[in-house]
Amino acid sequence: MAVKTLTIDDKPVSAREDQTILEAAREAGIGIPTLCQLSGVANLGACRLCLVEVAGVPKLLPACVTLVQEGMQVFTNTERLREYRKMIVELLFAERNHVCAVCVANGHCELQNLAIAVGMDHVRYSYRFPKLEVDTTHEKFGIDHNRCVLCARCVRVCDEIEGAHTWDIAGRGAKSHIISDMNVPWGSATSCTSCGKCVQACPTGAIFKLGATVAEQIKDRTRLDFIVTAREKKQWVG
Amino acid sequence: MDLSDLQEIAQKENAAAKPMRIRCCTAAGCLSQDGQALKKALDEAVAAEGLSDKVEVVGVGCMGLCSQGPLVQIDPDGPLYEKVTPADAPSIIASLKGEKCKARVGDPTIPFFSKQVPIVLENSGRINPERIESYIAVGGYQPLCHVVREMQPLEVCDLITNSGLRGRGGAGYPTGLKWATVAKTDAERKFVVCNADEGDPGAFMDRSVLESDPHRVLEGMAIAAYAVGASQGYVYVRGEYPLAISRLKTAIAQARRLGILGTGVFETRFDFRVDIRIGAGAFVCGEETALMRSIEGQRGTPRPRPPFPAARGLWGYPTVINNVETLANVPAIVRNGAEWFASIGTEKSKGTKVFALAGKITNTGLIEVPMGTPLKTIVEEMGGGVPDGGKVKAVQTGGPSGGCIPAERFDTPVDYESLAQLGSIMGSGGMIVMDEKDNMVDVARFFMEFCMDESCGKCVPCRAGTVQIYEILTKIREGRGKPEDLEVLRELCDMVKQTSLCGLGQSAPNPVLSTLRYYRHEYDAFITAKSGKAEAEANA
Ligand SMILES: Cc1cc2nc3c(=O)[nH]c(=O)nc-3n(C[C@H](O)[C@H](O)[C@H](O)COP(=O)(O)O)c2cc1C
Ligand code: SF4
Ligand code: SF4
Ligand code: SF4
Ligand code: FES
Repeated sequence: MAVKTLTIDDKPVSAREDQTILEAAREAGIGIPTLCQLSGVANLGACRLCLVEVAGVPKLLPACVTLVQEGMQVFTNTERLREYRKMIVELLFAERNHVCAVCVANGHCELQNLAIAVGMDHVRYSYRFPKLEVDTTHEKFGIDHNRCVLCARCVRVCDEIEGAHTWDIAGRGAKSHIISDMNVPWGSATSCTSCGKCVQACPTGAIFKLGATVAEQIKDRTRLDFIVTAREKKQWVG
Repeated sequence: MDLSDLQEIAQKENAAAKPMRIRCCTAAGCLSQDGQALKKALDEAVAAEGLSDKVEVVGVGCMGLCSQGPLVQIDPDGPLYEKVTPADAPSIIASLKGEKCKARVGDPTIPFFSKQVPIVLENSGRINPERIESYIAVGGYQPLCHVVREMQPLEVCDLITNSGLRGRGGAGYPTGLKWATVAKTDAERKFVVCNADEGDPGAFMDRSVLESDPHRVLEGMAIAAYAVGASQGYVYVRGEYPLAISRLKTAIAQARRLGILGTGVFETRFDFRVDIRIGAGAFVCGEETALMRSIEGQRGTPRPRPPFPAARGLWGYPTVINNVETLANVPAIVRNGAEWFASIGTEKSKGTKVFALAGKITNTGLIEVPMGTPLKTIVEEMGGGVPDGGKVKAVQTGGPSGGCIPAERFDTPVDYESLAQLGSIMGSGGMIVMDEKDNMVDVARFFMEFCMDESCGKCVPCRAGTVQIYEILTKIREGRGKPEDLEVLRELCDMVKQTSLCGLGQSAPNPVLSTLRYYRHEYDAFITAKSGKAEAEANA
């Protein structure tokens, strides 16, 4: 496979031609904020946090789905990008009811981490305070829609890795929401194998193990990587 | 089936035509005003007067001037009647024998008609859209026959490239280039998709073309398919267009029966099947990647491009996706040549554009004008300005993705680049005229609400950003706005535009940005007034 050379934030980087800008940047030790991206499942390009600037390209490009090209000059941390990222995180906090102090994922939450990474100190937008449900009908797990950022990581992990396709998204726009099976309570979703992958995949405290109390829900993403590597490469390392 | 068969059908059809034809509009606009009953009444009146062997009543597609419909035209050289009711029918028929007619006579020489240059609409309102013979009688399907029998696929792509045809679905991408990309890609299968989703509020160009001249669109698709090497096509029509769907179905069945579609088109080795897929009315399903997902039976949400549909389209195969109007231009280009088409319009925008005139305007309806026609000509001369002597304030083009153009800029020619320069877009052709009574904050808010409701919810900027923009506009409109809100509004608009995944989010801020650009004072007025509401009412 051909190798491409490019610069990311003025640092010379080489990458395989089938790698994304995000993968190349990570290998070079350059961090780009992400949320919907999850190693092991297909990339969506939906959260728009990983947008980068590329010299000569008028549009911003999502690093998680844009392949590297020879001679590309990528900028991941411009003033403009920092401002947009902050706005995106603020929009997420305003959109649903994220009350970190009482959340099972407090301290282990990717949304919280992002807020810190982008330097969010307050939310400029009006909180929407939607009335949303908490579904604890499953014997092992629960889903609290108040904390969902609609990243669809649960949808992809359940479909692509577990093969159950319990989750899907219903509704449009701000009314979009995660549903199990044909919009039945999770506990009645017969396709669910109770494997727990979506718990690990969920970036926030939206999907959690029942019984976890405040700040107890630590997610282990490496399990997902382990399974994918084992399945695709027949290598049991992790 | 070959050229001589087509000519024979045409001859028969023309020979069977009775000396006098009464064209009666049976497109959706006129049908909604009792058009069907009118046609029946005309038929009965012809029989009652004993004129059945001399006069035929033909149900045709849209004649354009929908606001004066139902329309009835007497051929040859007879008058045009407007706002005809079934009760007028006996009098109209009696007038054929020289009696005075009581129905209202329209003036076919008004600029609304005289300034039009019909290419896409050349058959609309003239032929019977439910009879393939009627289309063949005006030369229909001869271009396809010529293409599949006499031309090489890449020659067809070149012809379209040389004509300068650009996509009429909004973005104006060169059609020939799109076709050539797919034609040059090696793939087991390829597809052609006709985008008839037409979700812009106020737009009805594509519906009218499908209702009035469905074979033209099928012919354009078949030519595209031959050019790129596809053997399957889909027309994606919104479910709200039942008449268009039924006429398309009829047309497909008729074309198959004659060997014009299906296996061995015009007895060549080229096969082309067309199926209809019906959309459920989500605006975002008009976006090409969402539309293709919807055809595949999945949830209609856009995905990042590249890869573009020309590289990875339906089920991963190279796919040409074109708008109804784009495809409807194709048979005419084949018939008359690339130079002919390129001679119409401006340097970068060739041919004509169909617009749906709506809003505060005397003549609402469909018009087709050369690219580069000044807005003034369209709105004031052809549209007849605001009814009852009001004053035109602005025109909104491009629907929820477009912007408002103030009357002071009406000398602007309509072409892709000029409209973009003014902060609007050509869009698919909706043109909504606003008068002095219309408030621009309300206009912006209306379109923002539309985008907010129609956002698919996949990406954060569009899903959550439109909600916040709408909220700020509402606050301002209700007199609760503060001066600093305008800054937040502008920042949000910029961010949603720059960071959204698909065209819906990327263009959703346009109505706000363009009204802020030209009508900032109307926003300010709501903010500085103690109560914006009271102020607005005082203004009204
Ligand atoms: C939100 C959205 C809605 C769209 N709706 C339509 C539509 O209703 N009809 C259409 O032809 N194109 C629509 N488009 C444009 C299509 O994505 C695509 O560009 C077009 O069908 C290509 O055809 P053309 O090259 O012939 O214009 C829409 C785009 C977006 C972003
Ligand atoms: S527990 Fe496993 S099967 Fe059940 S929804 Fe989550 S990922 Fe799917
Ligand atoms: S439940 Fe969790 S993983 Fe699923 S969409 Fe919501 S935030 Fe993402
Ligand atoms: S811009 Fe809007 S419609 Fe387009 S993908 Fe994002 S949320 Fe969906
Ligand atoms: S991580 Fe790339 S768009 Fe979400």
